[in-house]
Amino acid sequence: MVLIILTPIGIFLPMAFDAGDAWGEWSADTVESLIGYVPEGLQKYSDTYQAPIADYSMNADDPSLGNQSGYYILSGLIGAALTLGVTWLLSKMIIRK
Amino acid sequence: MHIPDGYLGPETYIPLMGAFVAAAAVAVVKVKKEVAAKNIPYLGMAAAFSFIIMMFNLPIPGGTTGHAVGAAVIAILLGPWATVMAVSVALIIQALIFGDGGITAIGANCFNMAVFMPFVAYWIFKMFRMKSEKPRRIFFAAFAAGYISLVLTAVLTAVEFGIQPLIATAADGKALYCPYDLSIAIPAMAIEHLVLFGVAEGLVTAFVVRYFFNHDRENIYAMQKGKRHE
Repeated sequence: MVLIILTPIGIFLPMAFDAGDAWGEWSADTVESLIGYVPEGLQKYSDTYQAPIADYSMNADDPSLGNQSGYYILSGLIGAALTLGVTWLLSKMIIRK
Repeated sequence: MHIPDGYLGPETYIPLMGAFVAAAAVAVVKVKKEVAAKNIPYLGMAAAFSFIIMMFNLPIPGGTTGHAVGAAVIAILLGPWATVMAVSVALIIQALIFGDGGITAIGANCFNMAVFMPFVAYWIFKMFRMKSEKPRRIFFAAFAAGYISLVLTAVLTAVEFGIQPLIATAADGKALYCPYDLSIAIPAMAIEHLVLFGVAEGLVTAFVVRYFFNHDRENIYAMQKGKRHE
């Protein structure tokens, strides 16, 4: 629980130290600015799937850092609860017999 | 370390998906055999812990970000096969719900962080611990397990990125998928994990293992006596 509330550190620290995306996790636009073009396969695959809560944010356009922290905590709660629930159910199904 | 869609071609992500599915099938059999029903809640909590720890993005000032995975500590406490299950669930939910890691790359990401990493961590812990019961030795072995396993997983991921230009290029010589080759990908991934993210994984592993060693040492999978996995 404490960990979930602290998760916005995961947004603040990178911002404070001016750090960008993780290596190899750039968007197609960022790749274009790095090497001058977007590789064809990358372009093709990169928008095949739209995640419901992309980048752990319910509203990526919201400029407020406070709101983004809130979204991040909420995403942490949803994600942790889902992960716990799914793992629990799965292991119950596996271990029962 | 979550490979997005479009960075790996099908020549890479399909075999890795196959390797992951095979490992997951074995994990189901192993979990059924060696995880007691009373440990089911711990398995769930371990998976949630891994999910959360991956949200703590640490910055390389002016450069990139990265994070610990938590797979090393779970492998020591609950065993590598249980870790395959717990961390895979976390990674699949990250990909499906939060777009962290690609859909086509689910197999690759799960193979790297949920199969390769826990086994490396588990073996390193056993190798460095050498059946010692000394708290300092165990702390050190746990740190080494976390540190080395995350760095090696980063290198494996870098190899998957770096072989893309060798496997597939467009007719005009431009890259189709990840544009950087091994000579760029490996140093980039290895250095950032050696300097920062590996240390984070090592410290998390060492402190959590120390806590369980002091409070509940009979239940540490990698230290159970009389079983073949000691």
